[in-house]
Amino acid sequence: MRKQSKRNAFVVYLCLLGMICTPALWAKSSTIIIGFNIPLTGDIPKVGEGSKYAAKMLEDQINNSGGLLVGNKKYPLEFVFEDNEAKAESAIAASLKLITQDRVLGIIGPQASKQAIPAGEICDSYKTPMISPWSTNPQTTKDRPYVFRGCFLDPFQGPVAANFVTSEFKAKKAAVLYDIASDYPKGLSEYFKLAFEKIHGKGSVVAFETFTTKDRDFSAQLTNIIRSKADVLFTPQYYDEVPLIVKQAHDLGWKKPIMGSDSWGSAELVNLCGNDCKGLFFTTHYAAAGAKGKTLEFIQKYREKYGYTPDDVAALTWDATRLMLNAIKNTKKLTGSTRKNRRAIKDQLSKIKNFDGITGKMTFSSEGDPKKCAVVVRINNQGKFEFFNSVCP
Amino acid sequence: MHFLRKYQYWILYILFSLLIVFGAHQEWVDAYIQLVIMYIGINIILSSSLNIVNGYMGEFSCGHAGFIAVGAYVTSVLNVWLFASDRIFGPAILGEYWALILFPVTLLAGGLIASLVGLLVAIPSFNTRGDYLAIITLAVNYIVKSAIENMQVIGGARGFMGMRKVVNAMQDVWDIPWMMVFILIFTGLTVWIIWRFVSSTYGKGIIAIREDEVAAEIMSVNTRGMKMTAFMLSSGLAGIAGGLFAHVLGYINPGSFTIMKSTEVMVMVYLGGMGSLSGSVISAVLFTILLELLRPLQVFKWVVIPLMLILLMMFRPEGIMGNREISDFFPQKSKRN
Amino acid sequence: MDWEILIQNILNALQWGSFYALIALGYTLVYGVLLLINFAHGDIFMVGAYVGFFFAILFTGNSFLQLPFDIPLWLVFILTVVLSMIVTSFVGVTLERVAYRPLRRKGANRLYVVITALMCGLILENGNLALFGASRRMFPELIDKTIYTFGSITISNIKIMVIITAFVAFIILELIIRKTRIGMAMRAISYDRVAVPLMGIPIDRVIVFTFVLGSSMAALAGVLFVTAYPVLEPYMGAIIGWKAFIAAVVGGIGEIRGAFVGGFLLGFIEIFVAAFFPSTLRDLIAFSLLLILLSMKPTGLFGVSRSTKI
Repeated sequence: MRKQSKRNAFVVYLCLLGMICTPALWAKSSTIIIGFNIPLTGDIPKVGEGSKYAAKMLEDQINNSGGLLVGNKKYPLEFVFEDNEAKAESAIAASLKLITQDRVLGIIGPQASKQAIPAGEICDSYKTPMISPWSTNPQTTKDRPYVFRGCFLDPFQGPVAANFVTSEFKAKKAAVLYDIASDYPKGLSEYFKLAFEKIHGKGSVVAFETFTTKDRDFSAQLTNIIRSKADVLFTPQYYDEVPLIVKQAHDLGWKKPIMGSDSWGSAELVNLCGNDCKGLFFTTHYAAAGAKGKTLEFIQKYREKYGYTPDDVAALTWDATRLMLNAIKNTKKLTGSTRKNRRAIKDQLSKIKNFDGITGKMTFSSEGDPKKCAVVVRINNQGKFEFFNSVCP
Repeated sequence: MHFLRKYQYWILYILFSLLIVFGAHQEWVDAYIQLVIMYIGINIILSSSLNIVNGYMGEFSCGHAGFIAVGAYVTSVLNVWLFASDRIFGPAILGEYWALILFPVTLLAGGLIASLVGLLVAIPSFNTRGDYLAIITLAVNYIVKSAIENMQVIGGARGFMGMRKVVNAMQDVWDIPWMMVFILIFTGLTVWIIWRFVSSTYGKGIIAIREDEVAAEIMSVNTRGMKMTAFMLSSGLAGIAGGLFAHVLGYINPGSFTIMKSTEVMVMVYLGGMGSLSGSVISAVLFTILLELLRPLQVFKWVVIPLMLILLMMFRPEGIMGNREISDFFPQKSKRN
Repeated sequence: MDWEILIQNILNALQWGSFYALIALGYTLVYGVLLLINFAHGDIFMVGAYVGFFFAILFTGNSFLQLPFDIPLWLVFILTVVLSMIVTSFVGVTLERVAYRPLRRKGANRLYVVITALMCGLILENGNLALFGASRRMFPELIDKTIYTFGSITISNIKIMVIITAFVAFIILELIIRKTRIGMAMRAISYDRVAVPLMGIPIDRVIVFTFVLGSSMAALAGVLFVTAYPVLEPYMGAIIGWKAFIAAVVGGIGEIRGAFVGGFLLGFIEIFVAAFFPSTLRDLIAFSLLLILLSMKPTGLFGVSRSTKI
C-alpha cells in the first residue's frame, strides 16, 4: 500500500512538471507576433476597445494582402491582446507574459501613463521595444532606450492649456482638481500650474485640489474651489471621472468654464456626461471632424466597421502599430533569435524620420519622443467634438 | 547512510534547487517558467506564514497583505538607496559586491519591521477574538496601504521602481539568476523554521489556544507571549516574502497589497487545510499553477476560481490535507532500540 | 471658522454618510441573526444599482424593448426603486439558499461560511464584468434637478431626498424590529440561537426575512447612489461595502442604531478630512480613528459585549 502511494505521488510530480513545461514547447517563429498591453477592463475600457479595434483593422488589412514583407519573405501578423485592467501591477504582469511567454517582437501600449511608466521599466530591462501611443508623461520614455511614444508630452501640453484659458476665457486665476494617485493627472497638473503661474504670477493657481482614484464624491474639494473664486477649472481626468466632476461642479453652482486635457477625448465621454459637458473645451491629439486624406480614410473605414467615430486613442494606436511594423520591415531580415530581432527593431525605430502618420509626421528624438501638434477641441451642442484651433511646437 | 537518511529532505531539496538554478542559468526553461517557479516560492512562504496564525492558532487574520507591503517597501527602499542610482535617492552609495552580501540583510530588515507592525495586530488580540480581531486586521491592512499612499517621497500611490537595477548590480558580480537562488533559500528556510516552531512547545501552545483559550491559560500556557510570538513570526515571514516579491517584479505600488491580496493568501491557507504545513505548501503550488493555467479564460478566471472554492467549502471544507501532514502518509520506520 | 463652509460640508457629509448607513444596516441585520459577516453585501448593493439601471432604461424606452405608452419620469423612479428592491431581495435570498444554508445545515465552522461569502461577492462582481462587459453605464436622469441656494450654500433636491430616505428607512426598520413579532423573533435569535427553534419559531423563515430586509436596504442605497453619482461600474460595491462594514462594526455590529450612527460617522470623517487635508489622508485618518475607537470600546459604540460561560 505504501509503495503504491509513493508511486502515485511520483506520478503526480511528473504530471505537474509536465504541465509547467508544455507551454515552453509551443514556440512559433514563422509569424510576426506583436503584443498589445491595453486596458480592456477596469476604469477606462473604451480606451482599450479603441486600441483593439484599430489594431485588428490593421492586422486584417495586412494579413489580407499576404502579410508583412521583410526582406524577401512575407510573414503573417499575429497580434496578442493582453488586458492590463487599468492597473499598474496588472500592466507589469501582462508585459512579462507578452515578453516571456508569447515572445513578442515588440509591445504597443500601455496607453495610460500610470501603466505605461512601470511597463516601460520592464520592457526596457528585458530589452523589448515598446511604443506607447497615448502616454504623455515624460517619465515613460526618459532614460529608456527601448521605449518610445507616439504622441506629444505633458511639458508641451500644460502650457498649451494655460495659454488657451488665458486667451479664450481671459482667466487670471485658475483652479485645478486632479487625481494624485495617478501619474498622468498629477504630472500634467503640475506642468499646467508652472505654465499658468509663469504667465500670471505666483499664486495665481488659487486652488490645487486632489482626490484619489475611484473617488466618487468631490463635493468637499469643489466647495473649496468655488470659495477660491477662480476663473476657470482645469481637470485633466479620464472619461469615467469627468462626468461626475462636471455634474457635481454644476450642482454646487459653478458656472464658469471648465478646461480638460487629452484624456477627455474618448468616444464615450458625451454618453456618460450628457448636457453638462456641452460647451466645454479640451486639448487633444487629433480632431475627427474636418480630417482629410489618409486620416479621413481611416475614420471612414473604422466607422463603417465598428459603427462610431474613432477617438484619438484609436488613431494613435494605428500610427504606433504602423511605426513598429515599419521598423520591422526596415530590419530587412528576421533571424531566429528573438533577442537579436528586438535589438534590430529598436535600432530601426530610433532611425525613423518623418514617418507619415494620420496624426501627424513623426521623427523620434533621442529620448524616443516625437514632435507633434496639439489640437483644442470644443464639445458642441450636439455633443460632437469640434475642431477649435491647433498649436504646434 | 544514517547521515543521508537523517537529512534526506534537506539533501533532496538542495539537489532540486541546484537543478532549477542550473536550468535557469542555462535557459533550458524560459523566463516565463522561471517566473512561475519564483511565484510558487513566494506563495509558499505567504501561505505557510499565514497558516501559523489562521490555521494553528485559529485566529481570523485578514490583513496579511499589510505585512507583505511593509516588507516589500522597506527592503526595496533600502536596496535602491544603497545599491542603485535612482531619481529619488541619487547615485548608489555602496558597490555591487555589497549588494550581494547585504541583500539578505535588507531582506531580514524588511521582515523585522514587518514583524514590529505585526505587534499592532498582536496587542489587540489579547482582548478580542473572532470577528472583532478580523476587523482590526482589516483596518491595519488599510492603514498600512494608506500610509504608503501618503508617502509621496517614495512615489505614494504611483509606485516605486528601481529594484531591477539592484538585481542587475548583483548579476554584474556573478551572472547567475540571483532572485531564484534567494527565493529557493528563503523558501526552504521558512518551511524549516515553521516546522521547528510548530513541533516545539510553542506549536503545542498555540494549538491549545485554538482549541480553548481559557483552558490553556488556566493550564499555565503563556497565551500572551505565544500570541505575540506567533503574530510576529507570521508577519515577519510575510515581510520577507514581500521583499522577494518586490525584487522579482521590479515595481511595487500600494494597489498590489489590498484586501484582494489578503484574500488570495487566505484562500491558499484554507485550500490546503488549516493547521497543516504541508497542506499550505501543496496548495500554494497548486493555486499558483491554477492561476496561470486559467489565464486564457481572462475575465472568467475570477468567476471560476471563487466557484471552485465555494464547491470546495461545501464538499471538503477541511481543505486538501485537513490538519494532517505529509509525513502522516509516509510514516518513518520506528527506530530500533 | 467659516460658517458657510461648515454647513455646506455638513450637508455633503449627511448625504455621503446616508449610503454607508443604509449598507451598514444590511450588514448588521444579517450579523445579528446569523452571526455571519456577509461580505457579499457590498456586491448586493452593486446588483441593486444595476437592476435599477436596467429597469430605468426599460421604462424610459432606451433599451431594446419599447413600451407602448410613456410613463412620467417620477413614476419611473418610484417603480425603479421598488422593483429593484424586490429583485435584489431575490438575489440575496438565493445567495442564502444556495451558499449559506447548506453550510449551516452541516454545522460548518463559521469561518467557512465567511470565506464562502467572500467568494460569492467575487463571483457577483466578476460575473457582472464578464456578462455585461466593462464599459461604464450612465444612469438616466429621472429626477429634475433643482438647486437651492442659501447664500453660498448650495444643495440639490437629490441630496435632500437621499438624506430623508435614509432616515425614513431607518425609522421603518426600527419599527419592524421593535414592534412586530417577526422583529422580536430576529432579536430573539441574536440572543440565543439554540433555544429559539425549541420555542416553535421557524428559524429559516426569519432568516429569509432578514436577508430580504437587508438586501432591500442595499438596493435602495444602490438606486439612490446612482441617482446622485450616475456612473455605474462592476466594482462599485467593493470599496463602499468594505467601508460600510467597518462603519457597522464601529457602531456596534448587531445593533441597527449602531450601524446607522456608524455609517454617518464614517461619512462625516471622510468629508471633513477631504475638506481640510489632502484627499489621500482621508483613508488613513478614517481608519486610524476607527481603530482607536475599536480599541477603546471593542464591541463598538452601541454594541453589547457577550460573555461566554467557561
